[in-house]
Amino acid sequence: MRSAGGYRNRGIAKTIDWSLVFCWLILILIGWANIYASVHSSEPASIFDFASRSGKQFVWMATALGIALFILFVVPPRIYEGASVPIYAFVLFLLVAVIFLGIEVKGSRSWFEFGPVRFQPAEISKISTSLMLATVMSQLGYKIGRLKDFIITALIILVPMLIIVGQSETGSALVYVGFIFMLYREGLTGWLIFMVGMAILLFILTLTASPFVAILVLAGVASLCICLYSGRFRWWLILCVPAIILMAFVPNILEALTPVPIEGELPAEEIVEASLISKIKPLYVLLGFIGLSIPFAAFHAFRERNRFTQLAIVSAIAGIALVFSVDFLFNEVLQDHQRKRIEVLLGMKEDPSGVGYNVNQSMIAIGSGGFSGKGYLNGTQTTYGFVPEQSTDFIFCTIGEEWGFMGCTIVILLYVFLMWRIIKDAERSREAFTRIYGYCVACCIFMHLFINIGMTIGLMPVIGIPLPFISYGGSSLWGFTALLFIFIALDRNEKKYF
Amino acid sequence: MKLNRENKLLIGLCTAAVILIAKLFSIQILDDKYKMSADNNTMVYATIYPTRGIINDRNGNILVGNKVAYDLMVTPKEVEPFDTLALCEVLDITPEFVREKMDEFYRNRRRIGYQSVVMIKQIPPETYMKFAEVAYKFPGFRGQARSIREYPFNAGGNLLGYVSEVNAKYIENHPGEYKSGDYAGMTGIEAARETELRGEKGYNIWLRNSRNKIESRYRDGELDKEAVPGDDIMTTIDAELQRYGQMLMANKVGSLVAIEPSTGEILTLVSSPGIDVDQLANIGQHYKDISTDPYKPMFNRAVQASYPPGSVFKLVNGLIGLQEEVFSPNTLYPCNMGYHFGRNKLGCHAHKSPLNFEESIMMSCNAYYCYVLRSLLENPKYASIDEAMDKWNEYVKSFGFGQKLGSDFPSELGGNIPDSKYYNRVYRKGGWKATTVISLSIGQGEIGCTPLHLANLCATIANRGFYYTPHIIKDSENVTIDPKYKEKNYTMVDTTHFHKVIGGMYKAVNSGYGSGGTASVAAVEGLDICGKTGTAQNPHGNDHSVFICFAPRDNPKIAVAAYVENGGFGATWAAPIASLLTEKYLNGEISKDRKSLEDRMLKGNLMDRVKVK
Repeated sequence: MRSAGGYRNRGIAKTIDWSLVFCWLILILIGWANIYASVHSSEPASIFDFASRSGKQFVWMATALGIALFILFVVPPRIYEGASVPIYAFVLFLLVAVIFLGIEVKGSRSWFEFGPVRFQPAEISKISTSLMLATVMSQLGYKIGRLKDFIITALIILVPMLIIVGQSETGSALVYVGFIFMLYREGLTGWLIFMVGMAILLFILTLTASPFVAILVLAGVASLCICLYSGRFRWWLILCVPAIILMAFVPNILEALTPVPIEGELPAEEIVEASLISKIKPLYVLLGFIGLSIPFAAFHAFRERNRFTQLAIVSAIAGIALVFSVDFLFNEVLQDHQRKRIEVLLGMKEDPSGVGYNVNQSMIAIGSGGFSGKGYLNGTQTTYGFVPEQSTDFIFCTIGEEWGFMGCTIVILLYVFLMWRIIKDAERSREAFTRIYGYCVACCIFMHLFINIGMTIGLMPVIGIPLPFISYGGSSLWGFTALLFIFIALDRNEKKYF
Repeated sequence: MKLNRENKLLIGLCTAAVILIAKLFSIQILDDKYKMSADNNTMVYATIYPTRGIINDRNGNILVGNKVAYDLMVTPKEVEPFDTLALCEVLDITPEFVREKMDEFYRNRRRIGYQSVVMIKQIPPETYMKFAEVAYKFPGFRGQARSIREYPFNAGGNLLGYVSEVNAKYIENHPGEYKSGDYAGMTGIEAARETELRGEKGYNIWLRNSRNKIESRYRDGELDKEAVPGDDIMTTIDAELQRYGQMLMANKVGSLVAIEPSTGEILTLVSSPGIDVDQLANIGQHYKDISTDPYKPMFNRAVQASYPPGSVFKLVNGLIGLQEEVFSPNTLYPCNMGYHFGRNKLGCHAHKSPLNFEESIMMSCNAYYCYVLRSLLENPKYASIDEAMDKWNEYVKSFGFGQKLGSDFPSELGGNIPDSKYYNRVYRKGGWKATTVISLSIGQGEIGCTPLHLANLCATIANRGFYYTPHIIKDSENVTIDPKYKEKNYTMVDTTHFHKVIGGMYKAVNSGYGSGGTASVAAVEGLDICGKTGTAQNPHGNDHSVFICFAPRDNPKIAVAAYVENGGFGATWAAPIASLLTEKYLNGEISKDRKSLEDRMLKGNLMDRVKVK
């Protein structure tokens, strides 16, 4: 062991990852400038005017800087591991308490109000959950493949997530899905991500095309996976592909078989016969074939003790169940506005002035920016208030309109750089705690970034979550700043001692 | 590079970023749709209002012109604290009004933004000049010139109609043609000729900048459109005569119509009481008064009211009788204070008996026409009375009665002329005979016609057998009228029969007092006025006074019909009024010996005789 004294001399200049700090600083400055631009037109005032949002954001930024400095220089990084359990418990308590004590904002009870300051516990829940995950998963002997460990990990994520769903903040809850990437890095099988992806695909296919198409795709994918795994790709090509293509034509065949009932020309018995054929739905034919082939595949799987095939069959059955429950999920579980947003996103309903209005106007704002934008403070879409929530959830519109494709790309690349750098730092760290926490941070930022920007350009349904560091709002800015700077502090701590 | 999980995630991160950037590339650079949508959001169409076409009378006098008025515009964002009382003083408004308006603008400040809104409409130039002198004290207030209607002649209020701002319903009924803030003709000529008068709106396209201020012309005005002024309209109205007619009809309820027989052009069309042009100019203020007036000044009686024609109709029956040869001009019929049939009698007044056709017109004998109508309906030429009745109906209709004449008034009443079907329905088939419907002979009973029908009858007689469809718009530079107004409509009665009727009409006027002529009061020396009086029985009150006349006897220049409700005998009010109008038109002034008559007519007030509901 080297003497600790020699390393104490490495000052902040060398231990802090300055590129992260600068990246943070640039992002919040971009945010501030664009918040000013987005509120500027209706009430032109100085950027420091404390009555306007840009002025308030300056206060939030200053306090965020205070939080950053506090985390970097006051809080000893060692305490996080020990403190994570009480912090996690306390935040859970706050999440529940806000449902009863919080004020209602746009239909959800997720805000505490202290005088002029509003504060959303969901924002710090991301930090507490990340810390908790890092603590649990960095324990000696933790193995994610073990069922008990997996369940504990899943509970740590799901409990706050479900409480947040209970606050009607589905968007914020969705961010927790991002932790799956961290779990993947820590050894969780990639099939889980694959299955989540499949589930989303099936959901969308069922809604936009039909259950028939969804199940056909599912059958194709499941059979391909099984064949690939057992090295029988040729079998798949020879057997499954023709079968699936044949199945794809079942609706056409049935239609061709159904005689067109021309009045007066057909005797009564034939009309009855015709209606019998028309009663056969392609979906049932398909299910019949699958029902026949599953026992066959299952028999093989059990004889060969092929665990993968067994699981694949179970997943496929679960997939079929999902397809049949889509209607129920979509119409009964989802709230009205969420359903509409998904319908608009998938193009199932044209609604340019209703629910589709925000997205449409937001795309007009961004699209009209062109390559280099209209110039700072010259955005016209912003001015006429066409885009709602312009300084919070739809702040990216202002960037898109006034700074154009160049500006958007630069902002996205800044985020990519930030996350890339966090992952690199995390990978370099020697403590599992820091690595896991780092991945959690990257996952949170990624989910926010992709959902928020995706929403403004029509890739995602309208889910009201802020763009990290850029959107207006103290709660969100403080939350993300703390999230990031705890990682910077942890990272610094490692460099200090190793 | 090792494909470990870290790198897979980094690849995933980059893929996600590429997806976002690719979508941005597609909407920001590839797709033009969004740029255009944004342009639409920023373009401001500033409407340029065309000046409305001018309405002239037949001699080129302006009946309806345009004048400038100012709308006081406010740009609330630019208003600074100002001296409310000073503003009120120059504009002659109350401080409450200002406060109310400013509050309203404040409430709608988000919608208004940097735009200007109208605070007061149509300020007259004199008031506006007072404001303009002190305008520098009121930043954010400015005037916008706008052309509004002006009426140099107090003539033809009802004919001209009014112009007012379109309402939501009007816009809906004319899809794509009007926007709120536009004006359109609502009644009369303004409405009938709206398409010619209104012109075409133009616009300038401006671009708003991000602070909602107008910044520049869109594409340097390349796509702007000039306003096209409305076409001028020339009417057939003689403004002086119309005004004189209105004066004569003042304080009486009824109509006065004058037609130029050789063209069918309407020289004067008075419906009394009518709308003053002063009221038209400011219809918004007066609309309530006008629409609640019990005498219904908006109702154009001359073309919309159905009256019994009275004795005037004897001319028609006489002409039909001559054409059908059921009697000759020399036929003498007796009159014993009326026409006796069975136990009944259709009364008449005292005059010589027996008398011939001309004398029957001159003295307006009722019995004579009972004989004529009876001969017509019992004509052995026709198999049944039904057939004879329908023939009679056909004849009467050829004079324009019982149907819309097809004038260019937006609403014209057709009136009613009965036929056999009608009487079969009322009395059952075979249940009626000539004496049942005998009152038709003297223009009573089931006959309904408008004063315009009567004037047209007069013009037809003046023309000796044909008429031009009466109309009120003349051909002019930009407006051509329907060719149907230049076609002669012949009656079923031959020209040769008309001189007898005209002879009777001449005698009715020009035989002198004491001769038994009913219309001696209408005689004007040298004018050879031919006329026929009528006294239409009115079960609801005093009889209506009716008179038609034309002059001069040869090459007639004017045909007039006067209908004065509750005026009593035709000779009491209608005949003097119609003759005065004729005299005015032909001589330009009233002769000295008729001044007292004119005076009596101008001052006469029959309003309290008229029962209003």
